[in-house]
Amino acid sequence: MLSVRDLNVTYGREVAVRGVDLDVAEGEIVTLVGPTGCGKTTTLRAVAGLEQATAGTIRINGRDMGGSGGVPAVPPEKRDTGLVFQDFALFPHLTVAQNVGFRLGRREPVDHWLRWLGLAEQRDARPDALSGGQKQRVALARCLAHAPALVLLDEPLSNLDASLKDSLRWDIRAALKEAGVPAIWVTHDQAEALSVGDRVGVMNAGDLDQVAPPETCFRDPASRFVAGFLGEASFVPGRVRPDDTVETLLGPAIGDGRKGDDGRVDVLLRPDDVAIAADTRGNGSVAWARYEGGTRLFGVTLDADDHAGVLRARTNHEAHFAPGDRVTVSIDAGHPLALFTPEHADDGRDRGERDLAA
Amino acid sequence: MKRPTVALLVSVVVAAATLLPIGILVVMGAGADVPFDARVAAVFLNTALLTGLTVAASVAVGVPLAFVTAYADLPLRGAWTALLAAPLAVPSYVGAFAWFAATGPGGELTAQTGLPVPAVHGLAGATLVMTLYTYPFVLLTTRAALRNLDASLVDAARTLGLSLPGALVRVVLPRVANSIAAGALLVALYTLSDFGTPAIMRFDTFTRVIFVEYNAFGLDRAAVLSLYLLALVAVVLFLESRVGAVRETPGRRLVLPLGPGARSAAVAAILAVAGAALAVPLAVFGLWLWRTGAGSFDMAYALNSAWASVLAAAAAGIAALPVAVAAAGGGRVARTLERVTYVGFGVPGIVLGTALVVAGLYVDFLYQSLALLVFAYAVRFLPLAVGNTRATLERAGGNMVGAARSLGATPFEAFRRVTLPLALPGIVAGAALVFLEVMRELPATLLLRPTGFDTLATRLWRVYEAGHFGQGAVPATLLVLVSAVAVVVMLRGERDDAGPT
Repeated sequence: MLSVRDLNVTYGREVAVRGVDLDVAEGEIVTLVGPTGCGKTTTLRAVAGLEQATAGTIRINGRDMGGSGGVPAVPPEKRDTGLVFQDFALFPHLTVAQNVGFRLGRREPVDHWLRWLGLAEQRDARPDALSGGQKQRVALARCLAHAPALVLLDEPLSNLDASLKDSLRWDIRAALKEAGVPAIWVTHDQAEALSVGDRVGVMNAGDLDQVAPPETCFRDPASRFVAGFLGEASFVPGRVRPDDTVETLLGPAIGDGRKGDDGRVDVLLRPDDVAIAADTRGNGSVAWARYEGGTRLFGVTLDADDHAGVLRARTNHEAHFAPGDRVTVSIDAGHPLALFTPEHADDGRDRGERDLAA
Repeated sequence: MKRPTVALLVSVVVAAATLLPIGILVVMGAGADVPFDARVAAVFLNTALLTGLTVAASVAVGVPLAFVTAYADLPLRGAWTALLAAPLAVPSYVGAFAWFAATGPGGELTAQTGLPVPAVHGLAGATLVMTLYTYPFVLLTTRAALRNLDASLVDAARTLGLSLPGALVRVVLPRVANSIAAGALLVALYTLSDFGTPAIMRFDTFTRVIFVEYNAFGLDRAAVLSLYLLALVAVVLFLESRVGAVRETPGRRLVLPLGPGARSAAVAAILAVAGAALAVPLAVFGLWLWRTGAGSFDMAYALNSAWASVLAAAAAGIAALPVAVAAAGGGRVARTLERVTYVGFGVPGIVLGTALVVAGLYVDFLYQSLALLVFAYAVRFLPLAVGNTRATLERAGGNMVGAARSLGATPFEAFRRVTLPLALPGIVAGAALVFLEVMRELPATLLLRPTGFDTLATRLWRVYEAGHFGQGAVPATLLVLVSAVAVVVMLRGERDDAGPT
């Protein structure tokens, strides 16, 4: 549906987006996530035609959008894309219904989407009389009523209260699915990206590091950056055995099939993959404890690990350990764990890349 | 980069037009043989003296009164501030005219009271009058800064052992120094540009001498003197660009309880300053109205003023739109062009008049035409229209056009259905300010008016020149009324800008 190939956007000498390839299928929602300045919004605006690509091709429904290599860019209004902005961008001089029906002759789509998004009572209100959540619903209704071929959402929830974000997230996803329209959804919130995206793209400093279903990105991240950005990540050194199990300081674990150089690897451990138990002898001690409500998070230093920092372990709220307590730390994961080239490898190999021989 | 938009291309034309008068003066000045002799040096010194003394006096009057109105627990606090800002509603040449007529051996004060009142004229008179009608600039900028200051700063200083006066001097004053400077530079700019006051007080500053040279057909000399004056203006504008605004974090407002003695002294000071600025002109004009009625006043003066002002407001509003649209859209070129259109603020009316008189001499159909006069007004007051329009557009937010285009609107449709309706309130507000400013403009009108076309301001000037002072009562009163509306509109606009949006 959308096909982006080798997209580059540069401002002067500054590279905002570098060699991005991205496909969006019919009806699919792809979230783009990354820290501020990673190029996710620039990518979105380039697709919308509001930003000029320096190189690369953008095809929407097979139609080349031009804009590089001397081909004039298709202007934003001819791209059949709909944008939902972070600041809503509602026209303040028009009512809700006039906003939603901005370029429509018919009332029917206006009524449909106002009803669907629970805005029927606000149809004659002015934007400045609405709450933040209502404004974003109107913006979404306006976008969907114009029946675009592709919806582009630029951090649609970042100007809203935390309490509102959770519910509106699902309302927006449901509305997109109701319309059956594909979408790119830009956010800096990894929880939002993982929960609403059919696939998640993680960007870092202009590069698109990985595009994959949320579970894949989380469990089998393409880089240490992706691993760390999507959730709390600790790494422990290990050695791969011929049967693909990995021997670590914390005992054996199931590897992901990668072999590593000489079998040496770092194993990615999420806090829920780690179990701790009180043990006066033990293999580590508690560095700090954080109460999170339903769960507790502990930082543990391992006796045998000279260079790793603090390993994180999550337990249910009934576990009680105080800083200084001796504990036994073990791996408690029912699934294969992602393996990385050791960061402290002696051969000076590039850090962080998943370039292990599979 | 993006293609230049239509708005950007039109702004180039508008910016070029605003630079035209300066260009004419530079060409004239380059071809003129006018040495920087003792006479010119004296005028230079006079101008600098008047400006320096007025600035010093305005700061001396404005800053203490700003502290009083911002912090003292006087009853009717808002009313005292309004009273102290009211002198802005008296155009300084109207004030000078009133003081000139009121004082001296033959003045109204002596005539009414029999007391010998010395004449107000020369450097001292001009400084007195300029200070009375410009100190509100310092008062208002300083007071706004004082009101934004978080009282916790003073509390912190006092818990660290400073006395209250010590805290005001060592903590508060440095925080508001930039605002005092900004107000003082406005006073300097206003004083450099003012023609009526030094002319009526018979003190040879650049503006007065330029007018004398113009009347003596010494356009070459007038042009060169205009360039010297512009150089002084440039110094002030440069200093202004160096004064940055200090952003205060919002907090509690300081309130200082005054003892009964201090309270009486504060009220007495306020009444003395506002009384000198307001009571003298109001009493003089009231006396004349009571004595001679409307006299030979002709409604045509007011209608001429209004007609020229409407044309100028329309011209400035239309010219401002593309500049504001381009500037609100961002981009360094557009921002620079917007800055260029602000030169009108720095070009004194008498200088603008001189330049365009020259243009009229070379282009026949423009000579003494209403079109040339309206062009002068539009250049002089364009910044008001541009500033208001851009502020309105920026408040509406930057993504509006992008949103319209992503819904399928062409650039033109987005302009017609989104940008224009959003900008309209700003265009109207800006044009209204231009209208009110043009209504009271004197020097450029004096030089450029078509023969037989008298406005309220030029009528007052001719009454002064002819010595038939009583005839000035109606035009002067009308000018004060128009200015009062302008001040109210402008101050309200500033309060809106400061508030949350």
